[in-house]
Amino acid sequence: MSNETTIHVPAEVVHELHVEEHGAHHKESFITKYVFSQDHKMICKQFLITGIIWAILGGLMSVLFRLQLGYPEASFPILEDIFGKWAKGGKFTPEAYYALVTMHGTVLVFFVLTGGLSGTFANFLIPLQIGARDMASPFLNMLSYWFFWLASVVILSSFFLETGPASGGWTVYPPLSALGQVNEGSKAGMDFWIIGMALFVVSSLLGGLNYISTILNMRTKGMSMTRVPLTIWAILFTAVLGVLSFPVLLSGLILLLFDRHAGTSFYLSDIFVASTQTALPNEGGSAILFQHLFWFLGHPEVYIIILPAMGLVSEVMAVNSRKPIFGYMAMVGSLFAIAILAFLVWAHHMFVTGLNPFLGSVFVLLTLLIAVPSAIKVFNWLTTLWRGNIRFTPAMLFAIGFVSMFISGGLTGIFLGNSTLDIHLHDTYFVVAHFHIVMGVSAFFGMFCGIYHWYPKMYGRYLNNTMAYIHFWITLAGAYLIFWPLHYEGLAGVPRRYLDYSNWHAFKNFLELNRFISTVAMIVFAVQLMFVFNFFYSIFKGRKVVTPNPWGANTLEWTAPIRPGHGNWPGEIPEVYRWAYDYGKDGRSFIPQTEPVSPQESKH
Amino acid sequence: MAQSVPAGQKWWSGGHSPFHVEYGKLMMWYFLMSDAFTFGAFLISYGTIRFASNSWPDPNKVFNTFPVIGEMRMPLAFVSLMTFILIMSSVTMVLAVGAGHNNDKKGVMKWMFFTILGGLAFLGCQAWEWTHLHGEGAWWGRNPFMNINGSQSSTNFTNFFFTITGFHGFHVFSGVIINIIMLIMTWRGVFERRGHYLMIEKAGLYWHFVDLVWVFVFTSFYLL
Repeated sequence: MSNETTIHVPAEVVHELHVEEHGAHHKESFITKYVFSQDHKMICKQFLITGIIWAILGGLMSVLFRLQLGYPEASFPILEDIFGKWAKGGKFTPEAYYALVTMHGTVLVFFVLTGGLSGTFANFLIPLQIGARDMASPFLNMLSYWFFWLASVVILSSFFLETGPASGGWTVYPPLSALGQVNEGSKAGMDFWIIGMALFVVSSLLGGLNYISTILNMRTKGMSMTRVPLTIWAILFTAVLGVLSFPVLLSGLILLLFDRHAGTSFYLSDIFVASTQTALPNEGGSAILFQHLFWFLGHPEVYIIILPAMGLVSEVMAVNSRKPIFGYMAMVGSLFAIAILAFLVWAHHMFVTGLNPFLGSVFVLLTLLIAVPSAIKVFNWLTTLWRGNIRFTPAMLFAIGFVSMFISGGLTGIFLGNSTLDIHLHDTYFVVAHFHIVMGVSAFFGMFCGIYHWYPKMYGRYLNNTMAYIHFWITLAGAYLIFWPLHYEGLAGVPRRYLDYSNWHAFKNFLELNRFISTVAMIVFAVQLMFVFNFFYSIFKGRKVVTPNPWGANTLEWTAPIRPGHGNWPGEIPEVYRWAYDYGKDGRSFIPQTEPVSPQESKH
Repeated sequence: MAQSVPAGQKWWSGGHSPFHVEYGKLMMWYFLMSDAFTFGAFLISYGTIRFASNSWPDPNKVFNTFPVIGEMRMPLAFVSLMTFILIMSSVTMVLAVGAGHNNDKKGVMKWMFFTILGGLAFLGCQAWEWTHLHGEGAWWGRNPFMNINGSQSSTNFTNFFFTITGFHGFHVFSGVIINIIMLIMTWRGVFERRGHYLMIEKAGLYWHFVDLVWVFVFTSFYLL
């Protein structure tokens, strides 16, 4: 009997009723195993590899526009060979530059750090860590990936449009994004963007519903909510945030689509188009309305990105410090607090829109409150490390790097959260530096930490350690060398999204610095390519895993076979008797969750 | 099912659903929360724009026609009928779910049929109302109605009306399709073999939600 038949073994009365429909034995073909797979582990790999491809593309875009910022006078004939009219004479046109910046943001925020990160680790870890055969609905899970794939195809194809992809910034503020006549990127590219994002919302919704109901409903016997690893808590809150915030973006985008094509005025009022010398008839709309709708998603979105990384880091840090995570309940509580506050701070992106200063002060207060749970988490990580028996595996290094990045980026969040300081800092490179460190680089560190740690479970082989250490140190040093100077530029007032600063006396003296940043960015990008090589090389040639529990970890995934089949555990699903963090207890290095508590054991 | 739960059970200790519901129902509840945010965003946008406008058309004047006896000028009579139909279809849905609890296949089929009929009737009414308004010159980007204070109205009255009632109508349409599939599955004995009519309950949750949303849409566009 294959594992297939046991996937829906009843964990409870109601599931039993489904066995006759879902449990029927069927042979796995190439298509059902690798393409339209319903196995959460395969779907995880699909998300991961799609995410990696997107990360390469998104990263490459940043290298291209860093080239422009570092060498605004130079021309690179090869660019014209590749990009044709977008890089006439070997220099990117302003339209191409804006398209690159826009798509870099869109791709990395949504397709890599949301789809790629959550999709990978929620799919992989939820069933394996809570002790389930698969997701609650493997079919919807499969659909979630394929909607993600469709969204990817739509976004990718927008690059090949005559008028190019969307180019109004990843926040696609109207009226710029609503009026095709004012901007090449607001023509068909914007429609592709909206359709792609709508498909992405569907994917995220299907995934999120599955994650939530699997975590709540399908935990194995003994796996109470206070015994689940912190990864699971983090993924749960991430899924809740996604389920409640993405629909608001969808509504906003539907209204935008009507403004673009049906002559409505939801976001438009009193507009004069200078290029064609025409006044538009639209009246009564509000462009600020879109910003509210966008940021009601957009702010939770940054926590959708960072929470899974926090979960992965917490788990890896406890395993590799050989100590229980410090303050488990405080960690859960602060995740919860962050999830709640995520919905109450969106207007801090809008301090300079003419928002009522009193209302602004309320949002300042709520924004600064986020520092409390964030600081709790940071101190808990530090105290987990404190006097730990630390093993500096690549995953652990990335976990520590994550904490470093999160502190550095988090502190500048306190600057930006003040509405008065924001008047000066808004739309400068200070903002760019802040969110790249706290959300971009941190989340990538969390993702790398997860990949290095769980790769042996995913593929039954290890990633190459030498390449991993080179990857870590150059990425860490490179990230600081890129983004630290950007803070400095931002404080000096250098605005973001400018193609060329040489016309400004105040800004053109940063050219050398920009050139330095661009150089580091290219080196860091090359190192990421080395990681990608390591990733694919190790799938086939990596050192083989010979023990089911290579890291000496407590969680359930390491009780499964080295290469688990569909259904994860060949026999019964293991039962759980303790939390996931009994490390260094009673003179033992670790005690797996499946081991019953003995009467002699000390209390923790 | 609730009666089979032993006393003193630890709900959250794993091994079974803490809410004693199977995953599909849980998913439906979370989906509805998500969808509530979609409609919430629409209605709040509508509220924002409306309150930022100096004046707004009077629904009693805009929605005062009735098919066949069109010139009676009864404010809101037709939309009241539509609302009544939709609420009645929720009642028949409750009866279908109730019949499902008793494993009464015939009862489920009968009440599902009436629910579908109610849904179709509502959609038909909406189609008539839209056609009528279109005939009066109203559409996305076109608003023939004057503000209640006699001034020229912006097009956002019709923009929001068609977008939001259209989005709701799309939900009703999806619900009717789901209900038709449920009816066919019931008729073919799928649920009878399964031994329970949980799918009807889940379709019912969706249907009641769509009905509940209509109450808010109705209030925002016709009453306020």
